[in-house]
Amino acid sequence: MPDILNTIRVALGLLVGFDTTLLHIVALSLAVSLSASCAAMVCGLPLGTALAVFRFRGRRLLILLANALLGLPPVVVGLGLYLLLSRSGPLGRLGILFTPTAMVIAQFTLALPIVVALSHRAMVGIWRDYGDDLLVSGATRFRAIPHLLSIGRLEALTASLAGFGRSVSEVGAILIVGGNIAGYTRTMTTAIMLETSEGHLGFALALGLILVVISIAVNACAFAIEARVRRIVPQEAA
Amino acid sequence: MKSFRPFHIAMPVVLSLLVAYTIRASAADPQTIVLASTTSVENSGLLARILPQFTKETGIEVHVIAQGTGQALATAAHGDADLVLVHDPEAEAKFMAAGDGLTRQEIAWNDFVIVGPSSDPAHVAGAGDAVAALKMIAAAKAPFVSRGDKSGTDALEKRLWKAAGLDPAAAGGGWYRDIGGGMGAALNTAAAMNAYTLSDRGTWLSFGHKVDLAIVLEGDPRLLNRYDVILLNPQTHPQAKQAPAHRFASWLASPEGQAAIAGYMIAGQRLFHPESDQKP
Repeated sequence: MPDILNTIRVALGLLVGFDTTLLHIVALSLAVSLSASCAAMVCGLPLGTALAVFRFRGRRLLILLANALLGLPPVVVGLGLYLLLSRSGPLGRLGILFTPTAMVIAQFTLALPIVVALSHRAMVGIWRDYGDDLLVSGATRFRAIPHLLSIGRLEALTASLAGFGRSVSEVGAILIVGGNIAGYTRTMTTAIMLETSEGHLGFALALGLILVVISIAVNACAFAIEARVRRIVPQEAA
Repeated sequence: MKSFRPFHIAMPVVLSLLVAYTIRASAADPQTIVLASTTSVENSGLLARILPQFTKETGIEVHVIAQGTGQALATAAHGDADLVLVHDPEAEAKFMAAGDGLTRQEIAWNDFVIVGPSSDPAHVAGAGDAVAALKMIAAAKAPFVSRGDKSGTDALEKRLWKAAGLDPAAAGGGWYRDIGGGMGAALNTAAAMNAYTLSDRGTWLSFGHKVDLAIVLEGDPRLLNRYDVILLNPQTHPQAKQAPAHRFASWLASPEGQAAIAGYMIAGQRLFHPESDQKP
């Protein structure tokens, strides 16, 4: 069994040593998961807010769907996308199977329901508190969406970070559609799978530690940006 | 209500488009081929060792998808690879017969070994051959880990059980454990359960978590493990990048490629023999 102290030493050694292979893996993990969760944020936040603001037929069904998909198993997404993107599948002509693009699509699919469901839940409350005022001051429901997002930006940030957390931590989908190609589609999680299967448990755990540290760093950055925005915005508004 | 700025949304959009663009650009590279391979040639470190040499000589980059032989052949049959490197003669023959393959060439070989707890509770070490060893493991009801993933190793294990006249999956008693995983997962499981398992020598030698496992039987000619490279049939797979795939296959069979394969060692032991080496 790999002992913890030694594992931490290996992890630190890797981080301090700027191992180029590791840097590439970390960079790819971040690029893929950040693009996927940014895209999920851009699509999901307005969608979740719209579900809180508008009243239309099928709305409850969409909310139910978004909540049900919170537990969407990554392997199922991976398998479904594989069948779509395979050369023998309907989107095979794109030729994007076993590329980072396919991984971004997979993680986007996983993160979107989370962003939609969480932002919807938060925006329902905010809409209850501010909705009448917004409508009275002349905004249409459509125009109200950005205002609502601005008021509830902390909740929106939380929803987006949850989407990022889901993206960066999953392995089942990107393993199938990315193929874990060394130097091309190998991310932190697929590298951990591989090192574990090669019996390099200490090294795998060290990679795991680094992944946790990166995850914390991304969250810290997001909250730092939020804190800055909070400090600046009241003056602008005044 | 001026706090909302379009630039807050525009930035991530631009960022993701940029990333997607760079990623997409590299995917269309005609000098990049996808090799669907068995896990052993990747997990043992062989490909990581020899591919840079090939890329340096030809400028062709090889993207390796390491899967079990069954899955690798299926990936190629779906048209998602440019060539395959696998080790299950029977499955390969079916692949060729189905018209998916164009040519099949042996490029390396080594052997399988039966590994188990060093105390060898079923006394397999004295069995003499692999079939007798499996019979002894079954008789002792000693734990045995099966890959169960239709890989080349799994296919050989099933053939050995058949030769022994046994059906371990139906035997009951819980000693035969089908894990449905790769070679490394099977070795990890065997190490944790003090079980026997069948492994290719390359993965075994490079495996880093042997704990109490040791080779208990080797040297049976039935345990020969040959690796073949298969080029895809351009008629059934017109999208496969024929020219660079052909170049890679010829390089593997060439004196340089064979020397690179022969030169890969771990702790002074050769993991793969070139095709021309005398077989036992």
